Amino acid sequence: MKIIEIRDLSFTYLGQSRPSLKNVNLEIGDGEFILVSGPSGGGKSTLCRCINGLIPHFYEGELRGEVLVNGLSTRTTPTYILSQHVGMVFQNPQNQLFSLSVENDVAFALENLGLPRDEIRARVDEALEIMNLKDLADRSPLELSGGQQQKVALASILALRPRVIMLDEPTSFLDPASALHLINVVDEIRRKFGLTILMVEHRVDMIAPSATRMIVVYEGEITYDGPPREFFEKYDAHLYGVSTPRLARLSGELAKRIDGWPGIFLDIDGFERAVRGLASRRVR
Amino acid sequence: MQAVEFDKVSYTYPSGVIALKDVSFTVEKGEVVVLMGENGSGKTTILKHLNGLLKPTQGRLYVEGVDTSNCTVAQLSTKVGLVFQNAENMFFESTVWDEVAFALRNFGFSEDVVRRRVEWALKFFDLDGYASQSPFTLSGGEKKRLAFAIVLAWSPPIIALDEPTIGQDSLQKEKMLHMVRLLNAQGHTILMASHDVEFVADLRPRIILISSGRIVADGQCEDVLTDLEVLRRCSLVPPQLVLVMDRLRDLGLPKNILEVSEAVKAISEMISHEHI
Repeated sequence: MKIIEIRDLSFTYLGQSRPSLKNVNLEIGDGEFILVSGPSGGGKSTLCRCINGLIPHFYEGELRGEVLVNGLSTRTTPTYILSQHVGMVFQNPQNQLFSLSVENDVAFALENLGLPRDEIRARVDEALEIMNLKDLADRSPLELSGGQQQKVALASILALRPRVIMLDEPTSFLDPASALHLINVVDEIRRKFGLTILMVEHRVDMIAPSATRMIVVYEGEITYDGPPREFFEKYDAHLYGVSTPRLARLSGELAKRIDGWPGIFLDIDGFERAVRGLASRRVR
Repeated sequence: MQAVEFDKVSYTYPSGVIALKDVSFTVEKGEVVVLMGENGSGKTTILKHLNGLLKPTQGRLYVEGVDTSNCTVAQLSTKVGLVFQNAENMFFESTVWDEVAFALRNFGFSEDVVRRRVEWALKFFDLDGYASQSPFTLSGGEKKRLAFAIVLAWSPPIIALDEPTIGQDSLQKEKMLHMVRLLNAQGHTILMASHDVEFVADLRPRIILISSGRIVADGQCEDVLTDLEVLRRCSLVPPQLVLVMDRLRDLGLPKNILEVSEAVKAISEMISHEHI
């Protein structure tokens, strides 16, 4: 089942002469974890805005082609309806949180949808439970750490029960330990609830091991679409504004020197097995 | 001469939160020092002391030998340029060009010098195409570069950078690395807060590790970033290579490796020579 279908999508922001997206075609299935990578200004955020309907409803410009989310056309479906199918977490959590308590922040969008009180209560509890935030329910979001704030932002999205969650550089403001934690939490809820995840990130080394698919957006076009590992095997990542994880560089160099080296690795466990396998083969 | 000297500095926010406890270190002129530690550890609080935005509640801070307790932010701005983590907080002009020109005009440079410096700084950071746009229309990464360009244009002897690589792609990060090296080669002292371990590993600076407002380690990059125990204590994730080498340490591989080329050499030698 395709949750997102994009056909011949092009978009040019009002006042710009060059399109930010050119002829993009993309099909995304239920439950995928997609790492969206590419240089700044390459079109990653514009692609996200097209998927959640901010384009064309909030950003003006020339839109061509079609975007379907869960079968709904983003062109004709109002954003308050789209928001129940696709949610978005932004780079700076402080720009997304504003209420006096975590609980109120999570309830905000539901109240705006005019849901019955019991329904709101149940959904807020559920979202806080999933994100392990129950203890913080009464705290002010602004006094939480960046990592906790991103989890609150994620909880407020989960409460809308969307099928797709997009995260636009969600770990930028987090320290590495909190970033890893957030990525693991996102992967966990994806597996548990069959959600589809699109994560825009420069920290490829942290996300690549969890991602099932990688999309590279470069100069408004999708220049790569496939398994993360294959991208680093076949392309000079640097030319596409993607940083090559050290482990990928290391395994690429080893492949040139060692007979029988299995290829590029993005996870330490796999790399370790490869080294140990070759080391023990020599012993025998 | 010492560029910066923290002498038993403690800082308590008006809310009562203790952000720094008895912090002492000196930075020599021309050094590159990176402050590392988890969010909330006190890195930014230290940087904000450098240009007088904060004053020690206890202890003393000397910038280029001058006790900062009697200095205004304006006085210190001739010595220290601070690039904030959230670049947007710096902006208020209506165009990118005027944003960069603002400080230069305030320092009294002639319009001709202002023009040349602004052009150079914008070009360096690939922002020349945006000169007449509002700073607020830029992307996150571009805003960060604009903040850097503003400080670069007036070229203070001490440059303080708060998380300069946030939101930057690999090309921009590499540029940032060259930039920092270039500025350092020109004699600028650089103090930076960062938890981008891979970026810091490439830069090879002196590192000061901070946890809960205290200094827990102060040493060369090779030693600090390969000390797994102390990194964990500060909630920092070690560089990927360091983790890999640690996993394989029972195979007799060296531990203090930060460069891919060194790891390639060590592992391929181990595999091809073992037990021959």
